[in-house]
Amino acid sequence: MSNAPLLEMRNIRKDFFGNQVLEDINLTLHEGEVLGLCGENGAGKSTLMKILFGMDVIRETGGYGGDILINGEKVEFATPFDALAAGIGMVHQEFSLIPGFTATENILLNREPTKHSVLSEVFGSRLDTLNNREMASRSDTAIEKMGVRIDADMTINSMPVGHKQFTEIARELSKEQLRLLILDEPTAVLTEKEAEALLESIRGMSKRGIAIIFITHRLHEILSVCGKVVVMRDGHVVSDVPAADTTVEEITRQMVGRSVETGAAAQEARSLDGARTIMSIRKLWVDMPGELVRCVDLDVREGEILGIGGLAGQGKLGIPNGIMGLYEAGGSVTLDGKDIPLNSPRKCLDASLAFVSEDRRGVGLLLDESLEWNVAFPAMQVQNKFLKPLLGGLVKWRDEKAIRAVTEKYVEELAIKCTGTRQKAKELSGGNQQKICLAKAFALEPKFLFVSEPTRGIDVGAKALVLEALRKFNRESGVTVVMISSELEELRSVCDRIAIVSGGRISGVLPASASSEELGMLMVSQVV
Amino acid sequence: MEENKGFGAKALEFVRNNIVPILFILICAFCIPLSGFSPAYLINEIVTRMGRNIFLILCLLIPIMAGMGLNFAMTLGAMAGEIALIFVSDWQIWGIPGVVLAMILQIPFSILLGLLCGSILNHSKGREMITSYIISFFMTGVYQLVVLYMMGSIIPIKHFSVKLPRGYGIRNTVSLLNMRQCLDNLLAVNIGGVKVPVLTFLIIGVLCLFILWFRKTKLGQDMRAVGQDMEVARDAGINVERTRLISIVISTVMAGFGMIIYLQNMGNISTYSSHSQIGMFCIAALLVGGASVDKASIGNVFLGVILFHTMFIVAPKAGAAITGDSMIGEYFRVFCSYGVITIALVMYETKKRRNKSRTAQELARAAAEEAAKEAAK
Repeated sequence: MSNAPLLEMRNIRKDFFGNQVLEDINLTLHEGEVLGLCGENGAGKSTLMKILFGMDVIRETGGYGGDILINGEKVEFATPFDALAAGIGMVHQEFSLIPGFTATENILLNREPTKHSVLSEVFGSRLDTLNNREMASRSDTAIEKMGVRIDADMTINSMPVGHKQFTEIARELSKEQLRLLILDEPTAVLTEKEAEALLESIRGMSKRGIAIIFITHRLHEILSVCGKVVVMRDGHVVSDVPAADTTVEEITRQMVGRSVETGAAAQEARSLDGARTIMSIRKLWVDMPGELVRCVDLDVREGEILGIGGLAGQGKLGIPNGIMGLYEAGGSVTLDGKDIPLNSPRKCLDASLAFVSEDRRGVGLLLDESLEWNVAFPAMQVQNKFLKPLLGGLVKWRDEKAIRAVTEKYVEELAIKCTGTRQKAKELSGGNQQKICLAKAFALEPKFLFVSEPTRGIDVGAKALVLEALRKFNRESGVTVVMISSELEELRSVCDRIAIVSGGRISGVLPASASSEELGMLMVSQVV
Repeated sequence: MEENKGFGAKALEFVRNNIVPILFILICAFCIPLSGFSPAYLINEIVTRMGRNIFLILCLLIPIMAGMGLNFAMTLGAMAGEIALIFVSDWQIWGIPGVVLAMILQIPFSILLGLLCGSILNHSKGREMITSYIISFFMTGVYQLVVLYMMGSIIPIKHFSVKLPRGYGIRNTVSLLNMRQCLDNLLAVNIGGVKVPVLTFLIIGVLCLFILWFRKTKLGQDMRAVGQDMEVARDAGINVERTRLISIVISTVMAGFGMIIYLQNMGNISTYSSHSQIGMFCIAALLVGGASVDKASIGNVFLGVILFHTMFIVAPKAGAAITGDSMIGEYFRVFCSYGVITIALVMYETKKRRNKSRTAQELARAAAEEAAKEAAK
């Protein structure tokens, strides 16, 4: 073989319908090299890996630009199976295991060694019987290669979560052609000890000549195991240096650092140290898949805008969803000294809590109904607003005039672009739908408002308007707002204080004037 | 946590997991003395019914393995078996040759019906059971059209004992007197007054071995994988749709064989109703044996047949003994079949929910531990 690097990516570009997510990515990786890839959510790490692995979603959205070379030869993978054949293996964040199968059965899934029989001669190779002895020996070899002991005969659903992760890795290792292994946040679910074992096994694999791309938010792991570190931000590679020449602080700065606009933010942040506590959350846990909240203690001051930030999957979305009763939760939450019963959305609404969900289409809107209905419906349901009594209160009638008036008011205030208040919600653009969700919450005239990812998927102009509307609502009606967002800059521009969630816990609460680096360090402090 | 459980908790867990068989054992234990049947008669009846029904019930196992739930559309295989038997009796081929010919003849019919049913079920993933149930109703209509109007007019049927006097259509009852129990009587052994149909049991034994062997094949392994997680199986390169289709085809073909064994034991075909309740009773028997929507074994089949049919035999007599009205027992056994299916479906759902809330319990425990730690400080 020549001296060409095992993998070379040249000028990789990718856009999703005009939205540029990757630009000019250049990477090289040699045999046995370990490359640490880090970056905030949305920096483009996953998209880059999807391109490399030939995932369907890339082709369906118009392919990519640039070249991928393996051993100096240009390749183009149409499906993940092509990538597998070329020796690329990937361990995804979500487990891809059959729950009732043993580790061995999962490691060799659909690649089981078989024995011929008379019937299989007649009916085809799918009636070959499995060769159990050969299966056991192959899975043993793969587990040994990995260097971490797991029980090959244990079924997946009785395994601790870390062993499931190791089973996945062993599956990739059992493929003989494997030369490059992509690990996407493999330590996220591991205990400290297991993570240590994994790092050890990465070193072992690297010695055997397998190149590894290691994606993680735990930066010290990258420094301890990787040969080189690549940091991505907003679809660009911002740094590509040997691990020995960098530090956790520097990587953090490169991950979150913005070139401009840093000074402009947070100018309006107020210090409300004297204000009383309106909501106090104690020992909250929420079973929201992918956003587990483990143990959250948090006090919210009356009249403030509190931001909750953190990396995806760390539990920031779980907090409002749990308190509002959309996912099973436990612990205690008090509002104004009164207990809020968990797991019952109606009680929350009765207690003057309102929630603008991150799931606009699923939870937030009645897509097939008019804007009027969308704005007025919860207020009508919960507070008997917009209803006029008829026949001495025997029948309640919708007050169409009042409904229209309030909808028109919000359409004007929030600059919602629509043909009229009777237009259907599904016909609006994403940004305007988001504004309707806000209007709906405002119409409830709550004391306390949760807003989850209010600017997700809407354009820059709409973003500013939405944030301004929130700020105005907070200032004018004195409503306490808790805003959850994955964009730190956005939080810094509207909030008074920012709480950072990491590993299902609050890792710290800082004033919004704190620097991005400080907040960034909190984000990765307890990542699990 | 598992080890700390006391004996009481374990026993409770056992009862909860096996509530249906335990209930039926109690019912049988209560009814058998009331019915006043002699043990020899009872055993004779049960052995006969085992030979008659087990093959039909075994055909349900493979779709369950492939994660497609209880195959209510096994009725389709039963129809194929009936059509084959109608042809064979029209041609007046009796005895063992008739049975074997019918078995061969039903294969193409049931493969065709199985392919049809399987491809519909592939379009309704996650709702296989209700879909297969409705398919069985729909195909009953098609079957009636064929048997009532096409046979004799388009499809040649000649013999007067089969054809309706008007010239087309099949009689309400087709007599199989000349092949009645011919499989059962061949090699039959009489043990203490109990007639054991050895050949039928041999055939059943071979089928059981086939199922055990099938689980160990590549195809069986793929089916188990598909049954537990379709997406993971697909990612691993298994052709999910094809695997599911094959499982339904195998089930339908086996149901066809089973129906022929069943009818040769009965000795006549009720042309328009034989198949209609067979699916329901087979599924009920399997569930009585302790199977669930996603898990069933050969042991469940045998236990189920014994318990379900013991109840079937003794309930009318016991009902008559208690109330003086034999109709009550008749009512009771139909009621039980539907009841047991309902219970099994409800239990399947609650079990799923209980597993889901397990993470929540773990989180709650972790939070409590943390609180305790803080208090200790």
